[in-house]
Amino acid sequence: MMPTNSRSLAVAIAFVALVLLPLIGSDFFVDFVMTRTLMLGLAASTIVFLSAYGGMDSLAQWLIFGVVGFAIGNLVAESGRGLKFGWEPWLAVPVALAVATLLALVLGVLSARSTGIYFLMLTLTYAVIGFYFFGQVTTFSGFGGMTGIDPPDFFNGEPRRLYYAALILSALAYVAFRAIARTPFGMALQGVRDDPVRMESLGFNVQVHRTLAFTLAGFVAGLAGVLNIWWNGQIDPTSIGINPTLDLFIIAVIGGIVHLEGAWLGAFVFLGANIYLRDIPVIGNIGGVIHDRILAEERFNTVVGLILLVIMLTSPDGLAGMIARLRDRLRGRTPDDEDHLIDIGYQPTSKTQLG
Amino acid sequence: MTDTTQAGASKIKLGLFDMTPRQVVLMRRVPVVVVSVLVGFAAIWVLFLADRSWTTDTSAGSAIAEPGEFLVTFLDGLTFAGLLFVVASGFTLIFGLMRTVNMAHGAFFLFAAYIAISVQQKMVGKSRNIESSDVSMLDWFVPLLVGATVAAVVGVLMQQFFLRWNQGQDLRQAIITIAVTVILADQMLFQYGGLAKTMTWPGDVVHFFEIFGQRYASSRLFMFAISLVVAVALWVWLNRTRMGMVIRAGVDDQEMVRALGINITLVFGITFFVGSFLAGMGGVMGASFSGVALGTDGQWLLNSLIVVIIGGLGSIKGAVAGSLLYGMVTAFSPAYLPSDYTFYSIIFTFVILAVVLAVRPNGLFGRTE
Repeated sequence: MMPTNSRSLAVAIAFVALVLLPLIGSDFFVDFVMTRTLMLGLAASTIVFLSAYGGMDSLAQWLIFGVVGFAIGNLVAESGRGLKFGWEPWLAVPVALAVATLLALVLGVLSARSTGIYFLMLTLTYAVIGFYFFGQVTTFSGFGGMTGIDPPDFFNGEPRRLYYAALILSALAYVAFRAIARTPFGMALQGVRDDPVRMESLGFNVQVHRTLAFTLAGFVAGLAGVLNIWWNGQIDPTSIGINPTLDLFIIAVIGGIVHLEGAWLGAFVFLGANIYLRDIPVIGNIGGVIHDRILAEERFNTVVGLILLVIMLTSPDGLAGMIARLRDRLRGRTPDDEDHLIDIGYQPTSKTQLG
Repeated sequence: MTDTTQAGASKIKLGLFDMTPRQVVLMRRVPVVVVSVLVGFAAIWVLFLADRSWTTDTSAGSAIAEPGEFLVTFLDGLTFAGLLFVVASGFTLIFGLMRTVNMAHGAFFLFAAYIAISVQQKMVGKSRNIESSDVSMLDWFVPLLVGATVAAVVGVLMQQFFLRWNQGQDLRQAIITIAVTVILADQMLFQYGGLAKTMTWPGDVVHFFEIFGQRYASSRLFMFAISLVVAVALWVWLNRTRMGMVIRAGVDDQEMVRALGINITLVFGITFFVGSFLAGMGGVMGASFSGVALGTDGQWLLNSLIVVIIGGLGSIKGAVAGSLLYGMVTAFSPAYLPSDYTFYSIIFTFVILAVVLAVRPNGLFGRTE
């Protein structure tokens, strides 16, 4: 396991750099790259939280993220599709978050008895049903989606304020998730992850722990959804469909589904690849045939798929795991894969506490 | 004080509640009772109440008043269930033996469909507007076999290169198949574009016949017949051959099969071939039945997932039950919902999932692990 001190130090340095970033970064970089990195990272961190502490690999986080968007859209928008309540944007936030949390609670209750790969499939099913729901039920949206969803005046036309909001929420979520791991609830949750049967016989209610963790993660994913709808101003069912759902999971996996900070790292790499990959000459001209047939314009998903494939074939704990191993090697320690895997509970028998 | 101790001695803590054993037993029955009431109401609604002057408009009339509409809806459900079974049985076969969740199953479905459509175009000699009168039986079955075989070969290659050596790490395998899906979907978008394409039924099966005054397409029954053949062939293969015996034994205890000197790696490869072949076959049938387009892969991954979650992962019997239940619900819910609310029929997919999971968390025929 990474020494906690140096890990916290690295995260703190990254945080300070992010606070100072708007002073030096271009508008495009801050607004289009970093604000989205923080939003997606926040959403992906809920996947990492559930996986690392609860042993639940959830594909439903993007659904909850999107449901908040649709809820705010229905409550705030004054024209177009949906319910058109025309509420004050701030007023819609608690209602939308309550809807998201309630949804997470219901889905959590339904899936708390499933684990592992079964849980993954179940949550994927919820996500795709959500897509069809908002597509078909024209009362709430329809396939055309909703537009013209204004953020509150405080954020309207102020991208840097939104950036700082995303930064603050990300930092709070990071600190809160790590703090929760040390509470009795968090310890019990990790116990449930490692050995549900033993925890059950010790008198812990396994399903309640799983459900509560899922609900909490749903609330945080909802916060990210609020930022997203204010940043985007529009939402449609395709944006919560199976592809973006997998993208968010890919972000969590690329970053390293065992390390909480990997969520933001993964989001940064994903968006960076998405935005800048085409400009890199090497990748842009990787030989006539490949360039034309495989990496031609807009073949970004192929590149992402290849990156994901390579990472899963070489380092199942993602970039954060790679960095940790690299640092161990630089310090002359023998790299020990097992350590990092235990860190996230890939070993069902481990009792290592996550920090 | 004595009262509480006496009562407390016989109480069981269940979640947040303290209950006597008798109450616990009653509580356990609650989901079953609720489900029975719901199913009973749905049945009465469909049989007697729907579309009467004193209830609400539905697009199909109640079974008593309009037996033809009821029968057509039933046949729609049954034939769709056949297609569901072909696709989902491949998914569940692979999972049952190898514990591999093949997220690329939907991508194989779509890939086989595209291949078959181009083969059919080559064979007929037209690239658009193929009429079913142009298509002979051969022009349909050859593309079917080619498409399904290509999907099966891709499946086996994926299994041999990416999955064979990390057997047992189910999450890692699932993510690897997700990566393959992302790449395959993107390349198919590049090759075939985003427009919907259809495969054409052979002219010999495109007829309409009458049941209770309703016209019904015989191509749907043709599709159902193929599904039946697949189901029977699978049953014979799994229950009456040596290979099937090995697979069934492998589902129960892989290590033991290996220890008995059976080459389970080969069996894994063959199972993956058959599973992906079934996905491809379903893809060609689906392309003839309703066409394919960008996004069909995700839709059929969802369909397979729903069927196996309802029926229980890894069980062929479960795939039959799951396909029938899901097929019937998708046919009946739009037909018998009040006509202003037919778009809510998607919710019923979620409802059957929730209901099945509430009663049997591992699916109807799933095993507790």
